[in-house]
Amino acid sequence: MKKTDKKKGNYLSMKDSNRIAKENRKITRELEKKRTRKNIPEEEYVTEMKNPENIVEFDNVHTYFYTDAGVAKAVNGVSFGISKGKTIGIVGESGCGKSVTSLSLMQLLQRPSGQVVEGAIRFDTGEQVIDVTKIPLDKMCDIRGNQLSMIFQEPMTTLNPVFKIGEQIDEVIALHKKDMTKEEVKARSIELLDMVGMIDPEGVYRKYPHELSGGMRQRVVIAMSLACDPKLIIADEPTTALDVTIQAQILDMLRELKERINSSIMLITHDLGVVYDMADYVVVMYAGKVIEKGTRDEIFNNPCHPYTIGLMKSKPVLGKKIDRLFNIPGNVPNPINMPDYCYFKDRCDKCTKECDGTYPGEVYLSPTHMVTCYNIPSEQGGDL
Amino acid sequence: MRKFIIKRLLLSILILFLASIIFYGVLNNMPSDFFEVKAIEMTKKPGNKLTKEEWVKKLEKEYGKDPNLVRGYCTWMKKALTLEFGESWHWNVDVLEKFKDVIGNSFFLALAAFILQTIIAIPLGILAARKQYSKTDYAVTVFALIGISIPGFFFATILKYILSVKLGWLDLYGAVGRFHDDYNFWGQMWDTFLHYLMPILTLTVTGIGSLMRYTRTNMLEVLNSDYIRTARAKGLPEKTVINKHAFRNTLIPLVTILGGSLPGLFGGAMITETIFQIPGIGYTSYQSIIKGDIPFAMFYLMFSAILILVSTFITDILYAVVDPRVRVQ
Repeated sequence: MKKTDKKKGNYLSMKDSNRIAKENRKITRELEKKRTRKNIPEEEYVTEMKNPENIVEFDNVHTYFYTDAGVAKAVNGVSFGISKGKTIGIVGESGCGKSVTSLSLMQLLQRPSGQVVEGAIRFDTGEQVIDVTKIPLDKMCDIRGNQLSMIFQEPMTTLNPVFKIGEQIDEVIALHKKDMTKEEVKARSIELLDMVGMIDPEGVYRKYPHELSGGMRQRVVIAMSLACDPKLIIADEPTTALDVTIQAQILDMLRELKERINSSIMLITHDLGVVYDMADYVVVMYAGKVIEKGTRDEIFNNPCHPYTIGLMKSKPVLGKKIDRLFNIPGNVPNPINMPDYCYFKDRCDKCTKECDGTYPGEVYLSPTHMVTCYNIPSEQGGDL
Repeated sequence: MRKFIIKRLLLSILILFLASIIFYGVLNNMPSDFFEVKAIEMTKKPGNKLTKEEWVKKLEKEYGKDPNLVRGYCTWMKKALTLEFGESWHWNVDVLEKFKDVIGNSFFLALAAFILQTIIAIPLGILAARKQYSKTDYAVTVFALIGISIPGFFFATILKYILSVKLGWLDLYGAVGRFHDDYNFWGQMWDTFLHYLMPILTLTVTGIGSLMRYTRTNMLEVLNSDYIRTARAKGLPEKTVINKHAFRNTLIPLVTILGGSLPGLFGGAMITETIFQIPGIGYTSYQSIIKGDIPFAMFYLMFSAILILVSTFITDILYAVVDPRVRVQ
């Protein structure tokens, strides 16, 4: 991709735009051809886990969107692992690539423009370890909804308006548990609805989505995601669209259910309070990169990246009186044509001369705590 | 629901009443007067003793036309309420009888075109939406645009030029051929089919575009919605996602359009029928209006008005059938 001449901000001439679109089409067609070819040999997607304790490993994942304005590097070299039975919280501002990371794992990117171009996402199905970025679509369909399920952000729109709640839950169960009879499937659906705290599960079973409130719909979505006892539940801002009392209920429920079926949760959220409550590990993302990760206590007690510190400062604290909440100045940079220096440099208040260099490398403060910043205070034990 | 239906029925009656007044008024003030033409004809006949004006008066009396507009309308209305539309002036038969004779042709023509349009346009629209911005999509879109832009009469003329004039495969016009009566049953069917081929093609090609574009737009909207992502996240194969989850939602606007156009099948395609001289309701009423045949024209206009009311009514009902969100409690 050639660099586009930027005359006036984000303005692109018709000629440039056409050229970009043409190049994109060439690239995406190539990638699509590779993905959709028939009979992909098993060796290509069966791999080994680096750490057998993990259920999912993201390894240097790059997810790009080939837009007409240029290539948006939404996820740009993300690596982290999710341990079995643990909850991992992913935090960051809007547009940091949190959702795209999870969609890459589910292989639900809007293709052909959205593509995982580099890296591997390894998932342990129990029988074998597979790389979801290379697996053929029909194999992926066996995993989705079965071992890997997702709770979406907008409960109002995630349910199909023309099918009854019952039909929609039955569908998942019948799809993945082929040996169950119709009655068993229905009984399981009602059991699930009961499990997520529906007062009248059999009544809800017969209702249409528009007859339920937002909180109830989110419970239905959660019931659906739990249907096949998944190994990993991705919860993409499950409570953002709900009011605060329902939020607490939904989160309590998620935690309880997680214990019951012993799965891992990948929790994506803006809300640091929720992360503190739920997560065992925390990953902080910024502009498509992981800038800090570690256990919950490491991140909350000892945030080292200026961005993480800023995030911590910008959340209200109970019992502390301040006039104005802190906010990090500026916005997440445009993911098209990113420069090769620390992406946070322009917004950072601790910027020094060193920051003009290339993108900072990973610094491990402890075996689990990783930061990418030049200015780790020496007393923290930071060394490159 | 019952309340809704009753309300709609009452409203329809009011609309029909007002429409009939307008129709009657307009038809009686048409520039071509049936009796004037006829009277001129009569005065030119040998042995004629009356003047034109006298002939007009005489003919009007014979045919039962009331020169007073209001009184005429009231008489018409009284008869129409008992489903009696009088005798057609031009065709010299009862209006309803003429209608029965010709409606079959129109219906057959429209139904064939309707079925063809539906089975071609909807799958193509879905295909275009699934492969947005691909070569298939562009090809389908261009084809649809040509269909929308080309006027029916122009396309019909081109068809005639190529298939009849240049290649000589089909007859230029008519519903049946010259030797129709000499054929056996299958021969007659084949003959009819050949004569209906061009009109059906014309109607299909000109009607297909908008339906296809409509399907494509709706499908695209549905495919980008959250519940389709949910369906995929469930692990459903792409075929089920498209054919069940997406298609059911695309159906909502489609069924309402298609259902709404069903009564239109009886309305006749005036231009196409006239160009190919298919004796359907469209062609017949075209001739009636040209000749100033008020009873038949009046009946045709009222019939069209009823068809439109029925189709909007069906559309509303179908909305409730396919979309659970709008079911009236």
